Amino acid sequence: MNKIGERIYNGIIKENPTFVLMLGMCPTLAVTSSAFNGIGMGLTTMVVLVMSNTIISLLRKVIPDGVRMPAYIVIVASFVTMVQLLLQGYLPAVYDTLGIYIPLIVVNCIILGRAESYASKNPIIPSMFDGVGMGLGFTVGLTSIGIFRELIGSGCIFGIKVMGDWYEPATIFVLAPGAFFVLAMLTAVQNKLKAPSATNVENESKLACGGNCISCNRIDCGEKSKAESED
Amino acid sequence: MDKLLNVSSAPHIRDNDSVKSIMEEVAIALMPATLFGVYNFGLYAALIILACIVSCVLSEYIYEKLMKKKLTTNDMSAFVTGLLLALNLPATVPLWVPIIGGMFAIIIVKQLFGGIGQNFMNPALGARCFLLISFSGIMTNFTVAKTTGIKNMIWYGLSGLNGYAYVDGVSGATPLALLKKGEEVDIISSFLGIHAGTIGETSAVAILIGGIYLLCKKIISIRIPGAYILSFVAYISVYSAFSENGFSIDYVANNLCLGGLMLGAFFMATDYVTSPVTPNGKIVFGILLGVLTGVFRTLGASSEGVSYAIIIGNMLVPLIEKVTMPRPFGVERRKHG
Repeated sequence: MNKIGERIYNGIIKENPTFVLMLGMCPTLAVTSSAFNGIGMGLTTMVVLVMSNTIISLLRKVIPDGVRMPAYIVIVASFVTMVQLLLQGYLPAVYDTLGIYIPLIVVNCIILGRAESYASKNPIIPSMFDGVGMGLGFTVGLTSIGIFRELIGSGCIFGIKVMGDWYEPATIFVLAPGAFFVLAMLTAVQNKLKAPSATNVENESKLACGGNCISCNRIDCGEKSKAESED
Repeated sequence: MDKLLNVSSAPHIRDNDSVKSIMEEVAIALMPATLFGVYNFGLYAALIILACIVSCVLSEYIYEKLMKKKLTTNDMSAFVTGLLLALNLPATVPLWVPIIGGMFAIIIVKQLFGGIGQNFMNPALGARCFLLISFSGIMTNFTVAKTTGIKNMIWYGLSGLNGYAYVDGVSGATPLALLKKGEEVDIISSFLGIHAGTIGETSAVAILIGGIYLLCKKIISIRIPGAYILSFVAYISVYSAFSENGFSIDYVANNLCLGGLMLGAFFMATDYVTSPVTPNGKIVFGILLGVLTGVFRTLGASSEGVSYAIIIGNMLVPLIEKVTMPRPFGVERRKHG
C-alpha cells in the first residue's frame, strides 16, 4: 500500500512529467490552449500509460532486450488505437479537438520513458500505479497550463467567462508563444517555491567538498578521492 | 628609475563612450521623430510616450531590486527602450497598453535573458509584436476617436486632444494599407509624415534627421541601414516591375517613406546588442532584413512587416556572425571540406 502511495506522490509532485522531467513537451505546448483540452489530453495519456505499463511489466521477462523498443511501441500503439477508436465513438468532441495528437501519444516520451525506466524492471502492481501517478501528474500539468492560457488568452476557465467585460484578452496566450510563456512561468514558480521534486533536492552528500558535482570545477576529483580511499 | 611604468595587456586605447553616453545620443536622435509625433497626433501621444518610458524604467528598477542585481536604471537603456516602444504604438491606444508593453519589453525580453547586453531580441520590438498579436484590434486601430475623461483614457484610449496637423475624424487606414490596396498616395505627405500611423514612424524626414545625427556622431555605421534600405528598394523595384501596372517610381518611393521602414532601419536594426558586430555581417544582416521586409509587405496578409523582419533577423545574428567572422592578418584561410 505504501509503495502505491509513494508511486502516485512521485508522479504528481516529485517527478511531475511536465514541470520537473520536462517530458512530452509536444502535446504540452500544442493542445493546452484551453483547460478542457488539457484535461482531455492528460486523461487520454493516463489511460494509455496505465495499460501499457501494466502489460509491459507483465511481459518484462518475455521481451528480449535487443528488441524491447519495437516491442514497447507495438504494445503502446495497440492501446493508443483502442483509445482513439473509443474516443471517436463515445467522446467525439474530445476526439475533434485533440486531432492528430491522439495518434502521436504512441511516441510520447512519458510513456516510452516509464516503460523503459520503470515498468520493465518492476512488478505489475507498482508499475500500474506508476502509470496512474505519472498520468495524473501529466493531467495536472496540462490542466494548469490550460487554465492559465485560457484565463489570460480568452478570459474564461473551462469555457465559463470569469473575467468582466473590462478585460481585454491577450490573444497571444492561446497561440503558440503563450504556451512557452505559461510553461516557463509555472516551472519557475515551482522552482522558486522549492516544491519537493527530483531537481530541488537538498545536498545530502557526506563528501567534504559537498558533492555538488554540477557546479564544481575540480578536475582531479576522481583521482584524488580514489587515492584517499586507497590510503 | 622612480618612474613606475604601467604594464598591462591589450586593449591600450580606450574611449570615453559609455552605455549611458551612447543611449543619450540615441535619445537625442529620436527627439525629432518624437516631437513630430506629438505635433501630429496631439498631447495624448505625449502621454503614451510618458507611460511607456515610466513603465520601462520602473520595471527595470523593481526587477533589479527584487533580484538583487546591479541597478542599471541610470544608463538610459530602459528610457530608450520605452521611447522606441512608444514610437511604435498607434496614438489611440488605451494607457494600459504601453504599461503592459513596457513591462513585457523589460522583464520578459530583456531581464529574463540576463539584462542589458544579453537580450537576443530588440526589447521594444519584442513588446510591439507581443502587443500586436495579443491586442490586434487595438494595435491596428488608427482611427481618432472622440472620448474624454480620465477613466476612459485609461481603459479605452482617447483623442479628445487632437493633433495639430493630423485633424480629427480622419479615417483609420494607414497610407501603407491604402498603397497595398492599389490606391494613390501623395508622396509629399508620405515624406513629411502628415498621415495616420504609429506615433514615431510617420515622418521620414524627422527620422532621417535623427539617423544622420547618429551617423555623424559615429554611434551607428551606415552598413546596416544602408544595406537594409538598398536591398528593400531593390526588392520593391523588382516586385513593382513585375506587377500588373508595371514599374512605378511613386510606388517604390511611397513604400520607402511609409510604415516603419525608416524607424526600423536607423533605430531598431542598429541596436548594438541584437545586430552583428562583424563588418560583413552587418551588410548580410541589412540585406536579410530588406528582403524579409519586402516579402512580408508584398506577399503577407498585413501591410507592414518591418518589426517581424527585424526580430527574425535578430534571431539569426549569431549564425551571421559565425559565418562572417573576419580573418585576422597573417592567419591562413580556413580550408573548406
